[in-house]
Amino acid sequence: MTTEAPGTDARPARSAAPHVALFATCITDTMKPSVPIATVKLLERLGCRVSFPMKQTCCGQIMTNTGYYKEALPAVRNYADTFGEYDYIVGPSGSCVGSVREQHVMLAQDAGDEGLATAAGAVASRTYELTEFIVDVLGVTDVGAYFPHRVTYHPTCHSMRIAKVGDRPLQLLRAVRGIDLVDLPKAEQCCGFGGTFSVKNSEVSVAMASDKARHVRSTDAEFLVAGDHACLMNIGGVLHRQRAGIKTIHLAEILASTEEDQR
Amino acid sequence: MTERRTPEPGSWLGIPPFPKAAKSALENAEQRKNLRHATGTIRAKRVARAAEVPDWEELRTAGAQIKDRVARHLEHYLLQAEAAMTAAGITVHWARDADDANRIVTEIAQAKGVDEVVKIKSMVTQEIDLNEHLEANGIAAWETDLAELIVQLGHDLPSHILVPAIHRNRSEVREIFTTEMGRYGTPAPEGISDNPAELTDAARTHLREKFLRAKMAVSGGNFIVAETGTLVVVESEGNGRMCLTLPETMVSIVGIEKIVPTLQDLEVFLKLLPRSSTGERMNPYTSFWTGVTPGDGPQDLHVVLLDNGRTNALADPHGRAALRCIRCSACLNICPVYERVGGHAYGSPYPGPIGAILGPQLRGMDNPNDRALPFASTLCGACNEVCPVRIPFTDILVHLRHKAVEYKTAKHPTGEQALMKGAGWLMADGSHLETAQQASQLAGKVLRGKWLGPLPIPIASRWLQARDVEAPPAQTFRQWWKDNHEGDQQ
Ligand code: SF4
Repeated sequence: MTTEAPGTDARPARSAAPHVALFATCITDTMKPSVPIATVKLLERLGCRVSFPMKQTCCGQIMTNTGYYKEALPAVRNYADTFGEYDYIVGPSGSCVGSVREQHVMLAQDAGDEGLATAAGAVASRTYELTEFIVDVLGVTDVGAYFPHRVTYHPTCHSMRIAKVGDRPLQLLRAVRGIDLVDLPKAEQCCGFGGTFSVKNSEVSVAMASDKARHVRSTDAEFLVAGDHACLMNIGGVLHRQRAGIKTIHLAEILASTEEDQR
Repeated sequence: MTERRTPEPGSWLGIPPFPKAAKSALENAEQRKNLRHATGTIRAKRVARAAEVPDWEELRTAGAQIKDRVARHLEHYLLQAEAAMTAAGITVHWARDADDANRIVTEIAQAKGVDEVVKIKSMVTQEIDLNEHLEANGIAAWETDLAELIVQLGHDLPSHILVPAIHRNRSEVREIFTTEMGRYGTPAPEGISDNPAELTDAARTHLREKFLRAKMAVSGGNFIVAETGTLVVVESEGNGRMCLTLPETMVSIVGIEKIVPTLQDLEVFLKLLPRSSTGERMNPYTSFWTGVTPGDGPQDLHVVLLDNGRTNALADPHGRAALRCIRCSACLNICPVYERVGGHAYGSPYPGPIGAILGPQLRGMDNPNDRALPFASTLCGACNEVCPVRIPFTDILVHLRHKAVEYKTAKHPTGEQALMKGAGWLMADGSHLETAQQASQLAGKVLRGKWLGPLPIPIASRWLQARDVEAPPAQTFRQWWKDNHEGDQQ
């Protein structure tokens, strides 16, 4: 694995362009297309050939984590069918990628479907969170991005603790030209989203999101960045209600930004 | 009815299921402040103490493996422990449930003719509500741990495994001591301040009288060593040591999962426990006792081995890791939900992440409170990282959510189930999702990038009460791809 020094050519020196299947995730596909669009742009700029298999849907996590294993199974099966033939499946979400890797086999086994469990395990092992793919597979830490703004980074629980992306997002952000990256106080604490937790225990969820928003405001950042759109929706929802004037942005969107499309 | 001997405690019975209990707990600003401060301090200490052990992660693995080995061969180790304890002169009792254990302790007290006992802090006696059973039989049980004493005198309930009065600050403690101590023994000195040293002094004087009078003590136990029949109690204040020195009779109630095979195995746990728990390298008092020593300490020793739902948990391969718990409370201290709502909202003496996974396994899913507990978490996984015996909390929480759903939907279908079935169909194929996206795109065209504020829509209002939401876009990614990459691969 090679690590590029900052400022070197963003394109990996590879003979064949890696062929990536984009796992857009149902939430950004439907609610925030700018995230997968940025992911496509970024991966293409880094020399990848990107496909978007239309059959794809969702990781099924919302059903799984609410306790509905049977109901999650169609998503598991569809994921294995859709992505079975690809070597690299890349998603811009630690949470959705984490669910694919940590839960799909379990769900298949719970249903007694050993064939699906094997297929799901194989496809899960080829599924990468975006920054893992860039840093580990492409061997790049400077993606040639330009983003002249004050930014604070929230690591998100599932990126950190389920997908275990480590400091890869920060490695990539630090190499962005023009960026003023400031530390977020108590960054490692959960924003309170938690899927259906946000409505089942909405008061606790809001208490946590409000604390997170307070810490974000204390940084005087213009942008809050994270690798999971759902968390950004949660914190951003509070920031917007408070008229805080701080925008949320997905990691992929910053990494895709260049001088030409300066905000 | 005769008058009570001990302060009437609060009751778990009146506490509603977690979402409701948590909501009212959030409104207690004083408690939130106390908890934020206390958990913040203890977290920092734990991190520092764990960081200085070079093989910390290996120790955690060893802790988990020893506990798993005990669970795999529990019957063997229990019988070995029973034989060793019996040989050392301990009377061993077996208790299937709380009633059994309470009856056994009561009978021992009655046989001894005592009408009061002193107690070493123990989670298991909270679990079986021993104090109230003794009280009902005219026997007063006095808590001798400082925080337990605060809870007892405050007519309160414990809210933390290690520091049961963590929800109280020192001015509240002063208040409790001044009004209550005199009613149950030596009063607090006149004009006592809320200085911790003065408060501790008052507690010491109050307790001394009880220690000197006591003929019988009751404890839990952190570990039982199977090979030697040794009991181990780990504590900070020396009150346990007092209970182990002065009274003639000692009854220890210990969960059957507390066995470790050999003395050598303790090496692992005595490193893991204090550092994870109080953030100390070693706790101040660690007592080992192996049967009766003539002329030294209690001359009549009893151990009650308690099941009370533990074999149910053991029978569940996806849930049994919860039995590894050594009650350090690191998972509570790191938990962002616990930090904000405190322990009472969990409705049992076991709060926080461990309470959410252990309670429903010990007690089953019949009670709506227990079915709500696995959902009392964002699945953030912070507890996974601190637990000294590597309990996979997030996996167990999801597993228990599944069990709760199975329970709820077994008799009749629910609205939530219909919703999830719908989502399941939607996510079965891209073409299904695309159909639904027609509607979201239409909404997006109408709303044109607006943000939605508070709206009185069922369920959605719970999100929107404090969080705006951006309207869906007029074009999904899927549509964008079709428009821009048409003719590309797939
Ligand atoms: S579950 Fe783990 S972290 Fe929590 S109290 Fe038990 S041993 Fe400690």
